[in-house]
Amino acid sequence: MKPVITTERLTKRFGDFVAASELTFEVDQGEIFGFLGANGAGKTTAMRMLCGLLAPSSGKATIAGFDIYEQTKEIKTKIGYMSQKFSLYDDITVSENIRFYAGIYGMSTKQIKAKTHELLEELQLESEAKTLVRELPLGWKQKLAFSVSIAHGPDIVFLDEPTGGVDPVTRRQFWDLIYSAADKGVTVFVTTHYMDEAEYCNRVSIMVDGVIAALDSPNNLKQQFAATNMEDVFYELARNAKRKGD
Amino acid sequence: MRSLFFLLEKEFRQLLRNKQLTRVLIIAPMIQLIIMPLAANYSVKNISIAVVDNDHSTFSQKFISKITASGYFKLTGYVASYPEALSMVEQDKADLALQIPINFEKNLVRENSNKVYVAINAIEGTKANLGGAYLNSIISDFNSEIRASWPAGAMIADAPQIDVVSSNWYNPFMNYNLYIVPAILVTLVTAMAVMQSAFNIVREKESGTIEQINVTPIKKHIFILGKLIPFMVLAIVVFTLGLLVAWLLYRVVSVGSLLVLYISLIVYLFATLGLGLLISTYSSTQQQAMSLSFFFINIFNMMSGVFNSVDSMPQWAKNIVETFPPSHFIKIMRMVVMKGSGLSDIAYHLIAIALIGLVFNTWAILNYRKTVE
Repeated sequence: MKPVITTERLTKRFGDFVAASELTFEVDQGEIFGFLGANGAGKTTAMRMLCGLLAPSSGKATIAGFDIYEQTKEIKTKIGYMSQKFSLYDDITVSENIRFYAGIYGMSTKQIKAKTHELLEELQLESEAKTLVRELPLGWKQKLAFSVSIAHGPDIVFLDEPTGGVDPVTRRQFWDLIYSAADKGVTVFVTTHYMDEAEYCNRVSIMVDGVIAALDSPNNLKQQFAATNMEDVFYELARNAKRKGD
Repeated sequence: MRSLFFLLEKEFRQLLRNKQLTRVLIIAPMIQLIIMPLAANYSVKNISIAVVDNDHSTFSQKFISKITASGYFKLTGYVASYPEALSMVEQDKADLALQIPINFEKNLVRENSNKVYVAINAIEGTKANLGGAYLNSIISDFNSEIRASWPAGAMIADAPQIDVVSSNWYNPFMNYNLYIVPAILVTLVTAMAVMQSAFNIVREKESGTIEQINVTPIKKHIFILGKLIPFMVLAIVVFTLGLLVAWLLYRVVSVGSLLVLYISLIVYLFATLGLGLLISTYSSTQQQAMSLSFFFINIFNMMSGVFNSVDSMPQWAKNIVETFPPSHFIKIMRMVVMKGSGLSDIAYHLIAIALIGLVFNTWAILNYRKTVE
């Protein structure tokens, strides 16, 4: 497996405040990489740098083989992005959202048509194709948003707390979607506050006060910290945090 | 360019699906255009006048009926003494008190001169000024009339020798609508263009969808074009409906070419939408965008020469007004509509608007960072 995300001492400072300090890690293709940390630990900052939304202060990183400083344009065609808060336009319909995002990623009309059909079928949303997104339940919206974020066939998808506020059953279905995407070779970079979700990841990194305090598979981490579950691992690391959450 | 198509498709869908907003955006300016020119009129009418006639002669009667027949004045009191007339002014029952002295007629005939006394309530500046001026001109009219009615032999040497006859070019009948309707239409188009473009972009910031857009390969200028073009179309629709209302209701028809008007409109919208864009880059909520837009729109409306002449402002104020796009577009509208000016006549104003627009848009684009900090 070749790495699709590599970072070397990637750092972001806001004035005197070091939001993310010397992050160094690699993520392999098709891997589900969990990115954990308390509020204010620097997860979102790190993710925004990797998506090209925020310029790093120092350090190196490549996404899908492209340099994070020089080739943001190329990177943007290779990634998908989805978050709890920012997703679809709620005043247009389900199929119009798919059409819009697929369109701005440069897919042809024929491809868009096929993709729309495929997505709606996969999500069992055929009957809701002409429903305004705002009328969908939150769980459906999030599943739809995830599918839209990988509709253009990106190498990597970044998910920023994608299941916040979603019920356990839908969360389970959401993770089924993630697994099926990973099976197709899409690398999944996901932040979450749910420790059961952390267990689903191939590898997990835990950020504390802007640095990566631990990085390994859930099983190895549990062994290392002599814990029975990820909850205890996380607590062990995060309780010493000096930063207050936001 | 393909992504621009998808952006526009999405924007128009959102706009047209929001029927309530579209209705307000189109109907509200029309109602304003119908109502405002009726009220916003310079010529002061219905000035109430209280008269104290101490002479009770034919001349004084003629004089009073000449005043009331002018159409500007309304006789609200015909009282016996000056203090009574003054108390009417104090109670706001009269704007003017006119006192005709005893022996008004006798002195006029015998000594060829007389004085009347006028007291003006100056609380409402315009009314006081114009009321006084109207009364003055009626008095001088009356003066020459009674002289003319005297037998030729009685003509006196000091009768006025020079009489000024003026004619009003481009607006011979001083039709006030011709002057005010185009200007009001400009203010309506301005408010819509500035506010709606600013709100629309800020709404994407508020809902967070702008983050999603920022991770896509859409280029900055394409995204901005996708935002501005729908409002340019909407503003052109409003402007066109406005011209129709002006024609049907006020009989205001442009003497000049419509093509010149529309070319100017597009240049103008480039500037005003640029301002909206600039406002959006400095606002993170719609409330902030609204406050900023109101600031500019209020200043534009009060200072761009809609109601009062820019020429009579102090130099510093004139310099500021030069940088306001509406002040130039109002001039263009009046020149084209009333005089039939062509592109070469309005070139100065058109170039000024284009330059201001260039500044707004460049500034906005520099300030709109695709990498959101």
